[in-house]
Amino acid sequence: MAKKFMFVNRKAPYGTVYALESLEVVLISAAFEQEVALVFMDDGVYQLTKGQQTDGIGMKNFSPTYSALGDYEIKDIYIEKESLEARGLTLDDLQHLVWEDEDEDWAEKDSIHLVSSKELAAVMADQEVVITF
Amino acid sequence: MSTLHTINKSPFDRNSLDSCLRVISDSDAILFIEDGVYAATAGTSFAKAVKAAANSHSVYVLGPDLSARGMKEDGIVEGVKVVDYEGFVDLVTEYDKVNSWL
Repeated sequence: MAKKFMFVNRKAPYGTVYALESLEVVLISAAFEQEVALVFMDDGVYQLTKGQQTDGIGMKNFSPTYSALGDYEIKDIYIEKESLEARGLTLDDLQHLVWEDEDEDWAEKDSIHLVSSKELAAVMADQEVVITF
Repeated sequence: MSTLHTINKSPFDRNSLDSCLRVISDSDAILFIEDGVYAATAGTSFAKAVKAAANSHSVYVLGPDLSARGMKEDGIVEGVKVVDYEGFVDLVTEYDKVNSWL
């Protein structure tokens, strides 16, 4: 039975393993056909920055994987506005993530929703399972 | 759906308490465990925020984690309730889900 899962990402990508581990759990959950939503808040917003180049640090750049989330039917990716602004970033600094709507001739639709803390609280309250990284 | 938010890091080390307070819903509760219990102690720079949270939500702290750190149960922020491990289990069953902040 499908449950509403929300994964809350709060850590920057390469300093710790949380971001990569979260991404793996997200993909596994989606593969098991759960309803998956993602949140990026606090330093988690840094996971989605464009132009990551990890050659110099000897780590795999896993940021291109986020663009595959749409293929896993993950359509709701919430970015907390307050976290983004506190870091001097805008949505233009982040990857543009989309999903394809089968019912509308595979039209590309935005997965990213920029929300305030208050709006995010309401979406979080509506979930059946919340897992924070 | 109600949520029990558990916070296990000192507010002086991590921002999980701040972030939790930004997105908490009216029907939710907070439980401080492990190093999170320092947030429940009186006289800190976070005491005001914790007291405000305790006015609008149920806020709990795990007694054994306070004691282990030499913190007294009578030295905690007004409105915060002390629970033991059984109380922890009761809370987990009372709320629809648990959000374990890291």
